[in-house]
Amino acid sequence: MENGNGCCFSSVSSIATLSSVAVVVILILIRVLHVIYCSGRPLSKRASKPVSTLIILGSGGHTAEMLNLLAVLQKDRFNPRYYIAAATDNMSLQKAMMLENSLASESGIKVADTAQFMKIYRSREVGQSYITSVWTTLIATVHALWLMIKIRPEVILCNGPGTCIPLCVIAFIFKVLGIRWSSIFYVESIARVRRLSLSGLLLYKLWMADQLFVQWPQLQQQYPRATYVGRLM
Amino acid sequence: MGDEEGVDKSRRVVFVTVGTTSFDALVKAVDSENVKKELLVKGYTHLLIQMGRGSYVPTKSEGEGSLVVDYFTFSSSIADHLRSASLVISHAGSGSIFETLRLRKPLIVVVNEDLMDNHQSELADELANRKHLYCASPQTLHQTISDMDLNSLLPYTPGDATPVANHINRFLGFPDD
Repeated sequence: MENGNGCCFSSVSSIATLSSVAVVVILILIRVLHVIYCSGRPLSKRASKPVSTLIILGSGGHTAEMLNLLAVLQKDRFNPRYYIAAATDNMSLQKAMMLENSLASESGIKVADTAQFMKIYRSREVGQSYITSVWTTLIATVHALWLMIKIRPEVILCNGPGTCIPLCVIAFIFKVLGIRWSSIFYVESIARVRRLSLSGLLLYKLWMADQLFVQWPQLQQQYPRATYVGRLM
Repeated sequence: MGDEEGVDKSRRVVFVTVGTTSFDALVKAVDSENVKKELLVKGYTHLLIQMGRGSYVPTKSEGEGSLVVDYFTFSSSIADHLRSASLVISHAGSGSIFETLRLRKPLIVVVNEDLMDNHQSELADELANRKHLYCASPQTLHQTISDMDLNSLLPYTPGDATPVANHINRFLGFPDD
């Protein structure tokens, strides 16, 4: 008799556990879908103050394109600016510092008040084997989490390098959890004419970028949710 | 195309650049006799090779009835070399391509077939289709030089980041500039 009661009780409690888990999963899914839906639409409020901005830099051409974009953005709206580059990328932060220094000398504001520069561990070096990349991506993700908790930007600008993936994923999770709403803008590189880069493809397929911009009409045809903006360079 | 004001007209420099990459196939092709011959036939006098991280070292030459050949590995900015060139032969990196096109220099882009996932060829092909540059492989470079008509190239109108900026501003609720 006792065995019978014991069995009944444990199966009831396991059904209860399963039901709770299912409810939680469904709630999370609904929240995620809601976040995705809201992300795709322009912010409803008129912007009244500057937005903290995270700018993710990548090697070579990526940085050149990003600086090109920054040149036409009004700096008093995108303020403070946090620049992140891969730990092994020596040139990008320097170039960003040069831009910020020239801005600071023009306006008389101290660079340290409006811009910060940080390095992040890279998920994967060019040519690195995909197997070791799993481990390095994990480390990069933890580092990215640390940086994102510190910065919690309202706007994220990125244009291609793999460094942006962990940061954008964390930003998305922050949105879902209600920690911080970041508007993620991804500009696919001008060098991508017929196919998206891996970063672009991930952000597109996972609906993680609020706006994904492409520079060639062929890409817009292939990826209808992308926005064609012509060439930046 | 080709701005040669202020440059000694008897000096026509072909500048070859591989950027920060290693692209021995291009450096070898450019240093080969049939390419150098084609360049001479077209009236070029100097060949300057920026060889980057490559291991193949070209042979310097003083001229004397042939091209003057010189090389270096890196420089902090190739802008001056681009400016004084009459023809640029470049790897397919977007930075090199657009820097050259902005200076309105005739450009032959050589795609590195050894690279995995060669998306770079997409950009070179598209710009070649739009007649802003010529596209070649290391093997076909001498043929491209022989066949090229630089006057048929169309100048590239530099792009503009303002549309993206406007999109971003509107999305965030900032007023248009």
